[in-house]
Formats: sequence, C-alpha cells, structure tokens
Amino acid sequence: MYESMIATLVRIPGHAGDEIEAYVARPEAEFRRGGVVVIHHMPGWDRGSKEITRRFAELGYDAVCPNLYTREAPGASPDDAAAVARAQGGVPDDRLIGDVAAAAAYLRALPTSNGKVGVIGYCSGGRQSVLAACNTDVDAAVDCYGAFVTGEVPTEFPLKITNLVDQLPNLGAPLLGLFGAEDRYPSPEQVDELERILTAEGKPFEFHRYEGAGHAFFANERPSYNVAAANDGWERIERFFGAYLGA
Amino acid sequence: MCTYTTVHADMDGSAKGPGSAWFHAGRATVYFDHPVHAMAEHTLNIDLTDPDGDPARRVALELTAESARALVAAIQEALAAVPDELKV
Repeated sequence: MYESMIATLVRIPGHAGDEIEAYVARPEAEFRRGGVVVIHHMPGWDRGSKEITRRFAELGYDAVCPNLYTREAPGASPDDAAAVARAQGGVPDDRLIGDVAAAAAYLRALPTSNGKVGVIGYCSGGRQSVLAACNTDVDAAVDCYGAFVTGEVPTEFPLKITNLVDQLPNLGAPLLGLFGAEDRYPSPEQVDELERILTAEGKPFEFHRYEGAGHAFFANERPSYNVAAANDGWERIERFFGAYLGA
Repeated sequence: MCTYTTVHADMDGSAKGPGSAWFHAGRATVYFDHPVHAMAEHTLNIDLTDPDGDPARRVALELTAESARALVAAIQEALAAVPDELKV
C-alpha cells in the first residue's frame, strides 16, 4: 500500500490533439510500475471517479482519469458537464479511443513507467474500456457493468452507440468483467453472450457475477452500492492488474 | 441501469437557476437513469437548459418514477383547467 501519493490536475493532448483535463494520482515513491487509465461513468468526472483514481495510486500504480467531457463543458461542474454531454449525444467512440490512447501514452511517458498500462471503466465506461482494449495498445482491461458490449441497442436511442460484437475479435488484452446478477443493462443474458463470444474467439477473460447486486455496485455514494460485491470486486481487480501490469 | 435513453423537448420559457438568476429555458432533456443526488437507485431526470448558454445554467430535477407521474398529472390538470381562449 502506498498511502503517500501525489494527486493533481493536468492537461494532456487527447484525441485529434485536443487538450483535455485529466486527474492524475501517483505513489510518492520511486519505483517502476504499471499505469491505469480510469474511464469515468456516464455521470461524469466526479468525486467518485477521482477517489477510484487515488485508490489505484494507493495500490502502487500511476493512474490517470481523463475528463471525457472536457470539450462539451470546459470548467463546468461534473454534473452540469454530464448533462451537456448527454444532451449532445454522448462521447463518440472514435474520440473515446483517442482520449484513452493519449492517456495511456501519458502514463507510459512517466519516468516511473514499466511500459504496461491497464484500462478500467464503470457503467458506460465499462463498454468504453472494452472498446479501448479492441482499438488501442493496452495490457489489461476491466469492464465494470458496461451495457451494450453485446445486445441490441434500441433504434430510438439518441446516443450514437452500437454494440461491440464486431470488434471483439480485435480485443487485444485480457478482460476482467464484473457484473451484478440483478442488473438489466447489461442483463445476465448479455453477459452470457459476451462470455460465449470471447470463448469462441479464444480470448483470455475472467468474469464474476454478484448475486444480489445490481448496476453500479461500486458507487459508494449511491443507493446501488453493494458492500460485498464492491469489496470482492476490488480484490479481483487488484489481483488481475497485479498479474498483467507488473514489471 | 444505464439505459442511455434520452428524450429532448424544445421549449420556450424561463427557469430560475444557479445564483437565483433567471435564464431562457430552451430545451428539456429527459431520461431515466441514476441520480446524482436523490436517494433512489433510478430516477426520472429532467434538465432544463439554455442550449446556447453556460452549462451551469441548468435546473435539474431528479424524481422517483411515482413523483414524475404525479408531476405530469399535476401539469395536465392545470392545463386542463385553462379556458380555451387562453390556450396558445
């Protein structure tokens, strides 16, 4: 555990060279280590997302959480920025890929980097974590209850997203999936479908489903928080990143 | 649940928002998803905004589904009581 850390705001070049905000947390110690890109949930670049970023620093990683809504609402509070981003149709997939790739490059350029970078995302970020792992060079990916990795996106949705089924053959990193058995987005059937596809493709993955847990069980400031699922989930994340992001 | 479902309505009116300032409410964004503040797992959320204005100029509502239906019913009842000649 690295309780002494440095957490700060930086600006990094994101997709297409756009400057975006990012929250960085790093252990205050000199040793080679992996990096973690934290993809925030749909409600935005909020306190909870930054707490998660600091927790990865405590675990011994350089961690960065880019503000995916920097462009829509620079300087706005996270909830206002999330409202604008939602009203404008959400984050385009190509831009997300570019921003995550830029965040990974930022981490690999740190003098403490061992060259390995993992990505983790929650809620909409869970899908985006898989998307990033299909399109960028990362060493491990974690999907926390991301909807529409599989399954049909209803046609009336104004958000311009598709499922990722056609991209899964390009998944380039081991995937840890953490899901609530009571969740409807993604539903247990959609998780089953993802499991079948990854098995057929011969992709390394590890899934865990928590009985009694719904969506957003890691969100400790929301009624959806599930202590048992979140605690077990954190332990599995720790072991997973330990296995794939070590020196 | 993250349904991503988002419905828009163009509007013409005013709302009183941050800093007790009035602003032109030109758009309502309506969705059923996790709230930021309300103590419910999911809520019907309404953002009243000026699409051409500052993102912070927003009136946000997070209502339980039951509350949202009660609000709709109250609006309908109030509108139904309006004499035809005043409806525009």
